[in-house]
Amino acid sequence: MPRTAAPWEIKPELLIKTEDATNPSFGCKPEERSAENLVKYGVINLDKPAGPSSHEVAAWVKRILKQEHVGHGGTLEATG
Amino acid sequence: MTGVLPVTLGDATKVVQALLYSGKEYVCVMKLHGDVKIEQVKKVLGEFQDNIYQRPPLRASVKRQLRMRRIYYLDFLEADGRKVLFRVGCEGGTYIRKLCFDVGEVLGSGAHMQELRRTRAGPFVEAGSTTLHDAAYSFMKWQEEKDERLLKGFIQPMERALGLLPKIYVRDSAVDALCHGATLTAPGIVSLDGSVKTGSVAAILTLKHEGIALSRATANAEQILDMKHGVVAKTERVLMPRGTYPKLWKGGKKQHEQEG
Repeated sequence: MPRTAAPWEIKPELLIKTEDATNPSFGCKPEERSAENLVKYGVINLDKPAGPSSHEVAAWVKRILKQEHVGHGGTLEATG
Repeated sequence: MTGVLPVTLGDATKVVQALLYSGKEYVCVMKLHGDVKIEQVKKVLGEFQDNIYQRPPLRASVKRQLRMRRIYYLDFLEADGRKVLFRVGCEGGTYIRKLCFDVGEVLGSGAHMQELRRTRAGPFVEAGSTTLHDAAYSFMKWQEEKDERLLKGFIQPMERALGLLPKIYVRDSAVDALCHGATLTAPGIVSLDGSVKTGSVAAILTLKHEGIALSRATANAEQILDMKHGVVAKTERVLMPRGTYPKLWKGGKKQHEQEG
């Protein structure tokens, strides 16, 4: 089979339905979020060390960054 | 096993579902159990660049039923004796250990996965990743010295996790209803990605590009573009706290009066 484009190799086309403006009094652009809010609604792209499981690493992040909840995107399987 | 592991903090944990299903890329060392010509290895790897069937391994956290996964690309990088290095781009939930085993079966020699490094998880790539030590240090700098420069460098807004999902941008007036779990209807939409598809997950964002909710689209992008009214997406996971935007929807006022 020939190589197919992975989702990250496809640039979707933006379709405009109508024009509208957003009120700057509400919300906040993600890149302008305060450090406090980043910690509340943030993601860390972690380079997982070898050895501990993905769950263990997530638990460390939880403790080190004093979080109530953390999650991780996809278990990196342990060496068997 | 090392590599890209996106960790979500606090309320951003709600986007984890989007990451689990997103595509991954790995660099893998496969160890062959016998001598095989490189040409033969390349040919067989090429055959796996396709839709493949896998049954999750015994030690897996999902139901062990046969399932199909797409291998977008499988590139042979180099070989050293019985060790074969390759790069693979695949759908979320592909087991690379299984892939190595199956390649070994087709080759006839047998093979196993020796080393694996994840180089991409959805929109997150190896180049932008941080070590646990750097993360801990930046957090300490912020907590103890109020220096947030480092912190802002390594914590990314949760919207980054939505990077590869089809997106729908909505008016300010539609935001709070969505935060309460309402379905998205056509008049609320300003723009959308052409990749929005019936039955697939779509991220709903504000015009400031803040994540509001994860939803399941009930129409295709082209249809939505022509729709004057009607449901376009069903909200599945609300990401934004209620009250971030003003309540401008019907029923909101009534509820308020009842409370009063």
